[in-house]
Amino acid sequence: MADPISVNIEKCTGCGLCSKNCPFDAIIIVDKKARIGEKCVLCSACVQVCPVEAIKIERREVKVDLSAYKDVWVFAEVGEGCAKGVSFELLGKACELGKELGQHVCAVLVGSDVKKYADTLAENGAEKVFVAQHELLGHYNTDLYSTVMAGMIMKYKPNIVLFPATKLGRDLAPRIAATVGLGLTADCTGLSIKDGMLLQTRPAFGGNIMADILCPYTRPQMATVRPNVMPKPEPKKGRKAEMVDVPVKLDPRNVRVHLKEEIKTCAVGGKKIEESDVIVTGGRGACEGEGFEVLQKLADELNGVVGASRVAIDLGKKPKSVQVGQSGITVSPKLYIVTGVSGAIQHTVGMRGSKLIIAVNTDPDATIFGFSQYGVVGDLFQVIPALTAEIRRRKGK
Amino acid sequence: MCVKQVPDTTEVKVDPKTGTLIREGVPSIINPFDQYAVEEAVRLRDAAGGGEIVAISMGPPQARTVLIHSLALGADRGILLCDRGFAGADTWATALSLSMAIKKLGEFDMVLCGMQAIDGDTAQVGPEMAQLLGIPQITYVDKVELDGKKVVARKTVDEGYEMLEAKMPVLLTFMTPSDFVPTNPPFSKISKAQKKPLETWGVKEVDGDPEKLGLKGSFTTVTKVYSPPRKDKAVMLEGGPEDVAKKLADILAKEGFF
Repeated sequence: MADPISVNIEKCTGCGLCSKNCPFDAIIIVDKKARIGEKCVLCSACVQVCPVEAIKIERREVKVDLSAYKDVWVFAEVGEGCAKGVSFELLGKACELGKELGQHVCAVLVGSDVKKYADTLAENGAEKVFVAQHELLGHYNTDLYSTVMAGMIMKYKPNIVLFPATKLGRDLAPRIAATVGLGLTADCTGLSIKDGMLLQTRPAFGGNIMADILCPYTRPQMATVRPNVMPKPEPKKGRKAEMVDVPVKLDPRNVRVHLKEEIKTCAVGGKKIEESDVIVTGGRGACEGEGFEVLQKLADELNGVVGASRVAIDLGKKPKSVQVGQSGITVSPKLYIVTGVSGAIQHTVGMRGSKLIIAVNTDPDATIFGFSQYGVVGDLFQVIPALTAEIRRRKGK
Repeated sequence: MCVKQVPDTTEVKVDPKTGTLIREGVPSIINPFDQYAVEEAVRLRDAAGGGEIVAISMGPPQARTVLIHSLALGADRGILLCDRGFAGADTWATALSLSMAIKKLGEFDMVLCGMQAIDGDTAQVGPEMAQLLGIPQITYVDKVELDGKKVVARKTVDEGYEMLEAKMPVLLTFMTPSDFVPTNPPFSKISKAQKKPLETWGVKEVDGDPEKLGLKGSFTTVTKVYSPPRKDKAVMLEGGPEDVAKKLADILAKEGFF
C-alpha cells in the first residue's frame, strides 16, 4: 500500500517549516527536500504549515475507502480489580451496532495486568479482545495510552471506536483523535446507524439542545459515550472471545507526565456515585442538623449512595467526590431523589440525564420541580424519614 | 491562554424553522472554567516574577469582549482569531486553528484552558491542541504550582486526585474548585485593558489553508439540532409526610427499586 502521505519534490523548496512543526520529529530535510520518516502518524501538521502545498495526505483528498475499516471497538476502562461497568454498557451498544452493520464487536484492554478481565468482556458481548500489556501501562498515562491506541487503530482499522466519557476516556480519546487525525464526538447519549454511518446524538448547552452528528470523512468513527445511559447487556456465562495479544514497545523516556502521588477519595463504602443506580442528594436544605444522615438511611434502603450539591460541599458536609453538578460529577442514575436543592443550572446540568427524578423541596416554586417527574412540597426532615420507614415496613423489617 | 465566549445562561433555544441555535438576546460571558484558568495564569506569572500571558480566543468579532475581560484580569496581550474561514469548526478544526496561532506566537511554557466550555461541553479542544503542539497534557487540574521549569498539578480523576509533574512546555485544562469565586474586574482595570495590545488574526495570519480550517476542515458534521423531548411537568404528590411516603413507596416499588 502506498504511503498516504507524499511530498511533491518539484514543489518542495526545502524551507524546513514542516520539519520544525512536526510534533513527532518525523521529517528531515535531505538535499533541500523534505523526507517523511517512519515516526509520521499522519497528523497533518506539516500539510498545514507547508507554504507551497508540497505535502499531501491522501486521506484528506479522496473519499475514505469505507470497506477497509471494519468492526466496532470498545475501549474497556478498568477500575480497581475489574472492568468498569461502563465498559459493559458500551459493549451492549456495540453489539447492537455490530449486528446492524454485520461487523464484529471487539474490546480493547490496555494496562499492565489486564488480560484477566477478557473473560468478563467476552461474557458481555466481545467477540474479540485485543490485549495491550506493558509494565509501563500499569497506571494511566495520556502519552503512552494514546500511542498504544493510535498504533492499534492504524494497524487494525476499526470502523467505530467507543470510549467511556469518563475523565480517563475524555482525556485519552481526543489525544488519539488528534494523533491519527480523526473526527470525535464527545459525551454521546445516543448511538445508531444511519446510511451505514454512526449517528451520534449528544446534548449541548447544558442539555437544552440535542445534536445529531455524523463523521463522514474519517475512519474510524470515534465517540465518547456518557456512562449510565446505555443499558448493560445480560452476560452469557462461559462465552469466550478470540484473544489478540498486541505487541507493545514503549520507551520509559517517552513518559512526560509523572505520577507523584495518588489521593483516593472514593464515596463512602467504596461505591462510586457515578456508578450507582440510585442517588439521594441533599442541597442547602439538608445542611442543617442531621440532614445527610437522614438521606443516608434512605439511600441504604434503596442500595444507593448519597450525593450533594455544591453548597453542601462548600459547607464541608460531604466530600468533593460526591458533588453533583457542573463543577462536580455528572450522573445519570436510574433513580435520583433530590432534596433541599433549588434547581440552579449548575446542579441540574449534572443530574438531568437521570431516568427517574423525584424532588422534595419546601418551596412550591423551586425550579427543581421542572426537572422532575414527581415532586413533593414538604420538609425533607419529615418526608424522607417517613419514606424510609415505609420502605422498611414493606420489606418486612 | 485559550478563552471562549459562551452564552450566560444555558437557556438557549432552537429556531424551529432553521434548526439552528438562537443566541441573540442571550448575554455572553467568558466560559467560567476559562476564567479560572486566566486567574491561575495571572497568579502563576506573578509568583514566578515575570512572563507574558497571551489570551487567545476564536470566534465572531464580539468575542473581543472576553479578551478585554482576560486583559482586565491581568493578561498582557490578546489575539482574536476572527475570520469566516474559521467558522463552523468542529473540535478538530478549532484545535488546529488555535494550535497554529500558538505556534505562530513562538516559544511558550504553558498553554492553559478551561476543561470544557459550558455551551459545547466537549472537553476535546485542549487535548487535541496538546497533541497538535506535540506537548504533554494534564486535564481536570484544580491546583497547580511551578517548580523551576516543572509544573506540579493536582488532577481530579474518578477515584480522587493525582499529583502529576511535567516539564514545560505543557498544556493544562482547569476545572474550578468548589470554593472558586470569579473576580469581577473593576471598571478602572477594564479601561486599562482597552489600552493593552489586542490583535485580530485571520486565516492568513496563522498561515492556514482555508480548505483545512473551519467547516471545510471539520471531520464531523452536525446533521440536526433540536430541543430534547420535553419531560412533562412533575406530578405533585400531595398530603402529609406519611401519605406522600406511601405514594412514593408505591412508585419506587413499581419501578423495582426495592
